[in-house]
Amino acid sequence: MNALPCTIYVSFLGAALALAAGTRSAAAARIVALLTALTAWGITLAAARSFVPTAGLQELVNAAWIPELGIRYHLAADGISLTLLVLTGLAATAGVLFSWNIEHRTGEFFALYLALIGGVYGVFLSADAFVLFVFYEIAIVPKYFLIANWGSTNREYGAMKLVLYSFAGSALVLAGLLWAYGAGHATGFGFPELIAATGRLGLPSQVGVVALVFTGFATLAGMFPLHTWAPTGHVAAPTAASMLLAGVVMKLGAYGCLRVALPLSPEAFALLQPYIAWLAIAGILYAGCVALVQEDFKFVIGYSSVSHMGFVLLGLAAANPAAVSGAVFQMFSHGVVAGLLFAVVGRMVYERTHTRRLADLRAMPLHKLMPFAAVVFVLAGLASMGIPGFSGFPAELTILIGSWQANPVWALAAATGVLIAAAFTLRAIQVSFFGKVERGVPHALERVESNAHHHDFPPITWPEKLGALLLLGATIYLGLSPDTLFNWIRPALQSPVFQSILTGGAS
Amino acid sequence: MTADYAGLFHALRPEIHLVAGALLVLGFDLAWARHRPANRHHVALLLGTIALLMAGYEAATLGATGRVFGGAFFYDQLANLTRTGVIGLAVLALALLPHSAKLRHPAEFTAILLFATTGFSLMAAANNLLVAFVALELASLSLYALAGFDKTSPASAEAALKYFLFGGMSAAFLLFGFSLLYGLTGSINLNYIAAHLAQAQSPLLIVALVMILAAFGFKAAAAPFHLWAPDVYQGAPAPAAALIASASKLAGLVLFTRLLWPGLGAAAGTVAHTPITVGWAPVVALIAGASLLLGNIGALAQSNVRRLLAYSAIAHAGALLLGVLAAGRVGPGSLFYYAATYGLATVGAFGVIAALESSGRVQSLTDLAGLSKRSPFLAGCLAIFILSLAGIPPLAGFFGKFAVFASVLKVGGLAGPAGWLVILAIALSAVALYYYLLILKQALVAGVAADAAPVRVPLPARLSLLIAAALIVLFGVWPSLLLGLF
Repeated sequence: MNALPCTIYVSFLGAALALAAGTRSAAAARIVALLTALTAWGITLAAARSFVPTAGLQELVNAAWIPELGIRYHLAADGISLTLLVLTGLAATAGVLFSWNIEHRTGEFFALYLALIGGVYGVFLSADAFVLFVFYEIAIVPKYFLIANWGSTNREYGAMKLVLYSFAGSALVLAGLLWAYGAGHATGFGFPELIAATGRLGLPSQVGVVALVFTGFATLAGMFPLHTWAPTGHVAAPTAASMLLAGVVMKLGAYGCLRVALPLSPEAFALLQPYIAWLAIAGILYAGCVALVQEDFKFVIGYSSVSHMGFVLLGLAAANPAAVSGAVFQMFSHGVVAGLLFAVVGRMVYERTHTRRLADLRAMPLHKLMPFAAVVFVLAGLASMGIPGFSGFPAELTILIGSWQANPVWALAAATGVLIAAAFTLRAIQVSFFGKVERGVPHALERVESNAHHHDFPPITWPEKLGALLLLGATIYLGLSPDTLFNWIRPALQSPVFQSILTGGAS
Repeated sequence: MTADYAGLFHALRPEIHLVAGALLVLGFDLAWARHRPANRHHVALLLGTIALLMAGYEAATLGATGRVFGGAFFYDQLANLTRTGVIGLAVLALALLPHSAKLRHPAEFTAILLFATTGFSLMAAANNLLVAFVALELASLSLYALAGFDKTSPASAEAALKYFLFGGMSAAFLLFGFSLLYGLTGSINLNYIAAHLAQAQSPLLIVALVMILAAFGFKAAAAPFHLWAPDVYQGAPAPAAALIASASKLAGLVLFTRLLWPGLGAAAGTVAHTPITVGWAPVVALIAGASLLLGNIGALAQSNVRRLLAYSAIAHAGALLLGVLAAGRVGPGSLFYYAATYGLATVGAFGVIAALESSGRVQSLTDLAGLSKRSPFLAGCLAIFILSLAGIPPLAGFFGKFAVFASVLKVGGLAGPAGWLVILAIALSAVALYYYLLILKQALVAGVAADAAPVRVPLPARLSLLIAAALIVLFGVWPSLLLGLF
């Protein structure tokens, strides 16, 4: 456990090294990036092996940082943090493998990539709201350059939109935290101090604080109607960045909601609960329906991410032990599955066919041309639909059970979303991989013929296979043995901080 | 007034070094360097830097707190730090002195820059109205000359004229305000004025206050007194613009805070007194709010790099005035931290522009295109400066904003006299990120023509940029280095 803070330092050090190595050769930068990601992931796995679940955060570092403002450099972890740390390591390593083909300014790419990862590790380890906020913002800026420099479709627009949404969200968080800190006469930004300070405010102010902080974090989690940055950003991003964005960065928002916003004031949260739940359900249904009619393969996955993150938010809103542990599980599961889907679409298919239009893909017998990609996508699609045996199933099931306990109408409405998810995933699988060359569609044919050598696509490379197998292995393992994660998450929810909310929401 | 010359000479050691250095630069140039045109620039730069460094050392080691010369000069931690700060910023600005035919009188430029720094330094130590006014005018007159120093450029002449006209007007306002204050209280010493105001107040005081506020609004480029700033930032030579935007602002804000809190703190309408009455606190709050709005929204429309920086400076003036409002209650630490680190980032941004200008035109944002190819060093430094201005952690700009907001909220929470301003400032910071990213987009993302030449950065400018960037990161990662001094 005590080595966990090294994940942050290793990542930032690796970023500097990758930048330096990139000036010599692209291969050196790649290897530095891979070693860095593996080292950090290894640290999280080692910590996971020796992890003894307890209620409450386990202290890692606690040192004075800005004593003038009562801010401490305070890192700690519990089962929830650990779940997401392992996810970050996994997604980061797979992301490096899927970016193996980046030739343009490779050193800079991996430097920004690893800096982003460092920020993410920092967020998941923070036990002080200010430290969390700092790492959160550190994770925002590299995204802009990753997308604007290495992205595809409409990249500058997508990058700017994504960063401005994230930053506006973090501005709301900052306003809320400062409100609690200033008006509540807090002595610092540690979670207990902030909770105590919020408690000193009147109920209307408490509602204001919780609403600001929650909305701010939920913007990054893709909460309807503040989700519009997500599909645009995901589509514009290079493959590894969209894997990280959907897989890990959106989790920062959900994690902030759970770790910071919810505990601030249980009373205020209880008042906001139904609104959050209905927004989450609206997100599940709306994004699912939009995904159903998308013509761009990556947009399908982009909207499916919003829909799946809606389940996480619903789990948080339902606020009982089942729902919240399901939400954390879903964070992990969606991180892995979205990573896989983006890897197949962005890296395997798009890099070879140079198109993401479903109409064009329909005209190519992709299941024959790239069977590996087809198998991976089908399996990832099954996981995404929540089929038993994959990680999506225990996640969505526990969320639905929890929401039923809180309010059966929520569960019924959200369950419709599962059906929609099955519909758009099956459509994507069918159209993209198992389409037939349709003689009657001249436009698609033109595209296919212009891409005359599509029958000899370059084979799937070993880094791609390795990355896909890592992620697939994780989703299947957790589908078969979900208790691995639940055994970390459930004890963490026993801590007094969460208990004050979870009992309130179970009625 | 008792004249204690020994004490005066002790307390004013930094200023004495600065003035002596300025005279030495001029004398050396006259006697020796002007016959060796190739070395003139280097000699001026070297002598000027040595004088500044010695003065900076004196200011940093002055230590004690006290009043000298009948209370005309006051020095404490804040005064000494401000003097060290302005001198440090002047060193960084001087290093940008362009080595080109455009600036044919490097020694004169250096000397005037040293005089301006003397003015800033005295402003930080002023404890009576007369010294404050003289110091301010010494600084201002020097800056007018520096702004117009590029005699080949009509824009520089325009900058100097605009700056002079607005500055002259603000001096008139200030003098009027000061004379009313003297008439009301019978003293020019801030301590006497404060003592007098605590006992008796007159309606005329409000007029005096408004005059003083307007004058400092001009100096700080705060809305609605900001109109000179875009033209001056655009036209002045880069080292002059850097000095105007950084050291001048730091010194001006510290003097302003000193006048308001210890001098006029007892006046009606201060935060300490009653929040909602006519007086200076609500007016400062209004000026701050207007600056935040006008600066940020104005910057959105700019396509010229320097004008964009000018509008962003107006926005930062708004946030700095928030720090002035809080300074009386929670101490000047957050204000000083913000102003000093903002100065570093601005000197740096102008330094990058100066380095680029030496190898070509820098007018519109698109002239920055492909900077990361042409000079990775400049692009990296620019990223640090701009992200610090935008308030992105772990750079110093973020902690500056955060400290100022937190100290304002300590005074009364969001419902307090300036709570709404914090909300406004935080909301506008997302707007600000947009235009800052436009700069970085050109520098780091946009492509560049194949024939674009690499940029050569002269060694002094390279050092100056490196130091500014390193300090921004250092003060960001370890804010207590500065905040802990108060």
